[in-house]
Amino acid sequence: MTEKLRFRNPEMAKHVAEKIKAIAPKEENVKICHVCGTHEWTITHFGIRSLLPNNVEVIAGPGCPVCIVPASEIDEAIQLTSKDVTVTCFGDVLRVPGSATSLLDAKAEGADVRVVYSVADAVRMAKEEPRRDFAFFAVGFETTSPSTAVEILAKPPKNLCFLVSHRLIPPAMKLLVEMEDLDLNGFIAPGHASTIIGLKPYEVFVKQYGMPTVVAGFEPLDVLFGIYMILKQMHAHEPRLENEYVRAVRWEGNVRAQEVMHRIFDVVDGNWRGLGLIPSSKFTLKKEFAAYDAHRKHGVKVEHGVDIHYGCRCHLVVVGKIKPTECPLFLKACTPHKPIGACMVSSEGTCRIWARTANIDPDASN
Amino acid sequence: MLMNMCLAIPAKIMSVKADTAQVDFGEGVLREVNVALVKVNVGDYVLVHAGYAIQVLDEKEALETLRLWNDILNVQTDAR
Repeated sequence: MTEKLRFRNPEMAKHVAEKIKAIAPKEENVKICHVCGTHEWTITHFGIRSLLPNNVEVIAGPGCPVCIVPASEIDEAIQLTSKDVTVTCFGDVLRVPGSATSLLDAKAEGADVRVVYSVADAVRMAKEEPRRDFAFFAVGFETTSPSTAVEILAKPPKNLCFLVSHRLIPPAMKLLVEMEDLDLNGFIAPGHASTIIGLKPYEVFVKQYGMPTVVAGFEPLDVLFGIYMILKQMHAHEPRLENEYVRAVRWEGNVRAQEVMHRIFDVVDGNWRGLGLIPSSKFTLKKEFAAYDAHRKHGVKVEHGVDIHYGCRCHLVVVGKIKPTECPLFLKACTPHKPIGACMVSSEGTCRIWARTANIDPDASN
Repeated sequence: MLMNMCLAIPAKIMSVKADTAQVDFGEGVLREVNVALVKVNVGDYVLVHAGYAIQVLDEKEALETLRLWNDILNVQTDAR
């Protein structure tokens, strides 16, 4: 696409990097947090950190919707398979560790687990096999939850139910901004979740916490300009909410998608892997759609799971407190081929991105 | 196709029938996506996530972004 070329101009990137160096504070450290796996991919893949002054750090927050699904919900999906329900899920979810095993392990032992590209595939499968029970494992942030809502609103076949695991990103950002030891100076807000929710949910970070917040797109120049805009606000001591990604994100977001989500889901407190319980951060089906609720229909419920396995530091990686390379298991016991923590599983997990981009032999025992 | 959980890919709307559209991701192959969440016309560019168009891209704003970037860079260069 021509868009890619226009938004990846290396000459312009060098210019922006110079502007960033000129405007960045000379002594104190700056810590900017993004909360999107695709941002981390852009930053790592294009070496954006190497263009920044040493005192400007960009850290990855809980931006991978697969990594933060708690083990208890993976366990519930596995329970469903044991009740002869076919579980459909996105590919990234397959290898996420539950308390003891993953959906892939269950599949290897004979469970019917099918990877789908979209919730529509699950609906189609349920229609094609009306005598088989299906469940769609609905994982994802606000970018993904409208598609689940659209299909439920369209009254899918009765042999399809939903294990709703959708999470909301602003409550997690609130948790980060309130972590005193994280000491953040600014947010790069996630571009695609923002196409749905718009800018309003981020106002609190500016008004209540004085946090410069910029919604940015996913091309390398988008991210660089996002960083520049944050530094410029810091330089002027004027924290604001700005939108760098105007070609896709409107102030009000996608109102139609918001309406569909509110029609189908209630917001409840939710557990996040590595982060614990976050108030008002999870979608659940409204009572009138309870017939589609996998918990209710098949009697599955796991209250507590084992989120973090021995030695794993995913809970620190997921909030940007440590880099993947600071985890003792990174590329030693925990590799993309044999992940121990959830951050190494998903293509948007910080450890997985670092492992892939670092170009290190994942099986090397160094 | 690669499924990134928060990635959305731009595509051009080639035809629309109710909530379903044929789109081109720039590879010349038509694919079907659900457009229930957006209001689209043939020729629009949309962001597609997991088989669903989630927003219409604004070409005018895209050009405006590029102009703004150039402005920022030029103004700053002059100021130095």
